[in-house]
Amino acid sequence: MGMTAAEKIIAAHAGKETVKPGELVKAKVDLILGNDITAPVAIREFKKIGLNKVFDPERIVLVPDHFTPNKDIASAEQAKIMKEFAREQGITHYYEVGRMGIEHALLPELGLTLPGEIIIGADSHTCTYGALGALATGIGSTDMAAAMALGETWFKVPSTIKFVYQGELNPWVSGKDLILYTIGQIGVDGALYQSMEFTGPVIRALSMDSRLAMCNMAIEAGAKAGIIEPDEITYAYLEGRAQREYRGLFSDGDAIYAQEIEFNVSEIEPQVAFPHLPENTRGISEVGEVPLDQVVIGSCTNGRLEDLRIAAELLKGKKVHPHIRLIVIPGTQKIYQQAMKEGLLDIFIEAEAAVSTPTCGPCLGGHMGVLAKGERALATTNRNFVGRMGHPESEVYLCNPAVAAASAVTGKISAPEEVL
Amino acid sequence: MTILNGKAWKFGDDVDTDVIIPARHLSTSDPDELAKHCMEDADPQFFNKISKGDIMVARKNFGCGSSREHAPLAIKYAGISCVIADSFARIFYRNSINIGLPILESPEAAESISEGDLITVDLEKGLIKNETKGEKYYSAPFPEFMQEIISAGGLINYVKDRLSEKP
Ligand code: SF4
Repeated sequence: MGMTAAEKIIAAHAGKETVKPGELVKAKVDLILGNDITAPVAIREFKKIGLNKVFDPERIVLVPDHFTPNKDIASAEQAKIMKEFAREQGITHYYEVGRMGIEHALLPELGLTLPGEIIIGADSHTCTYGALGALATGIGSTDMAAAMALGETWFKVPSTIKFVYQGELNPWVSGKDLILYTIGQIGVDGALYQSMEFTGPVIRALSMDSRLAMCNMAIEAGAKAGIIEPDEITYAYLEGRAQREYRGLFSDGDAIYAQEIEFNVSEIEPQVAFPHLPENTRGISEVGEVPLDQVVIGSCTNGRLEDLRIAAELLKGKKVHPHIRLIVIPGTQKIYQQAMKEGLLDIFIEAEAAVSTPTCGPCLGGHMGVLAKGERALATTNRNFVGRMGHPESEVYLCNPAVAAASAVTGKISAPEEVL
Repeated sequence: MTILNGKAWKFGDDVDTDVIIPARHLSTSDPDELAKHCMEDADPQFFNKISKGDIMVARKNFGCGSSREHAPLAIKYAGISCVIADSFARIFYRNSINIGLPILESPEAAESISEGDLITVDLEKGLIKNETKGEKYYSAPFPEFMQEIISAGGLINYVKDRLSEKP
């Protein structure tokens, strides 16, 4: 009987011929990720094990990105625990401020996340790496500690839902809109425990940056993972980047899916998720009048080069509305530098936007753009839960970079066409 | 062989982590302290009413909400030996196993068991017996390594044991 790509990856890492959904297995992991919030807890647990050395200092990635550059003394203390552990263990993939990026933008860029691999991270958006054909999922800090010791973890094999995207994409519709639309259709628990496999002609033509944005939000539908089988676009992206050898795995023709869902993307316009859940989506033409206080372009969902290029295209020669704070945060140092070379940063600054060093910052209401009571933000991030970007009585709307840029100019949620 | 037995305490759908352990008690991570507030917002007397070994039975999506490990800890240290439900939220499921709290998925058991029924659970077989009603239900048995994690008292102890076995 056939298996899905996700099942094959788990079987290969569990040393088994086949696995079935629901089965509990122990599997080797290729990479373990932690950040300045989760790693310190994992390090404390790791020390309880009483082991001197991690299983492999080259397979652990530590990225201070949430509250860095350190926003206060407490966050500085957390970052310090991680930095010292990295030094003491000789962790090769530790990325200090100045070399870092938001973890889920940084790891693919560095060629650390590869097809056919199992990657676990003490961060729920670890599922981003499914865009490269990896089985990647978020875990807890205790899981991270144990995996750092053993190089393996346990999994419940997820069943897979296949999403097939057909048709022609409308102008300004990106991977972000496809995933927002999908979550709008199936709900925030629509793929609980499951793996979401994205496929079809539209996906095969989609850029890597857009694929990363899609898989990034699989968790927002409750999924354990999102996955896109590798193809020419994947291999081109990995060229000169991949840090290890890899082997892509593909779903069999007779693989068993829990469900198959097909969408005609010709019917999808840019999407906006209303507070306070990513499933509260509407097409841009149905948004109505929503004035804003702040617009954020960045995060592990949409802080990549493609996103900044789209935003710059719309902001060129224009000014941010006088009532709006526009904050642009390139996802990594490299993206930042490339944006500078291409003149994108000039466009943002001319438009009177604030441009920041890479950080999660406002995405989780940490720093660099926290909302006051009653304020309303439009963001290219992935979560719009109550209080996510600041005060519990503030609001977050989610969208793609084009809608965000256009709205920064008009001062209210607007379609990109309105500013062209 | 791990056999658990105790009285059933019954709950409904979507019991979230804030009900299991309200956020106002999270300033501590002392499990015995957390245990005292277990399920407090659903039943303020819960901790005082239960006896060691008792079993919680709930319907779908038990443990949804935050990823805090405090939730399964509070249940375990309150003396609950096992949780049976239709389904569990994913991170709660992981966290429970990792701290050594057995949890079983059995929609059949979750439906049939009434509050107060006497329940026996054989983790190795995945067998749930309702002694009061004379019924049997099945859940997927835990593979050996997961039983070892649970009997070691959680993932960290399990890793410790495994590493000390190595020559
Ligand atoms: S950018 Fe936001 S969602 Fe992404 S890792 Fe940072 S805090 Fe999490």
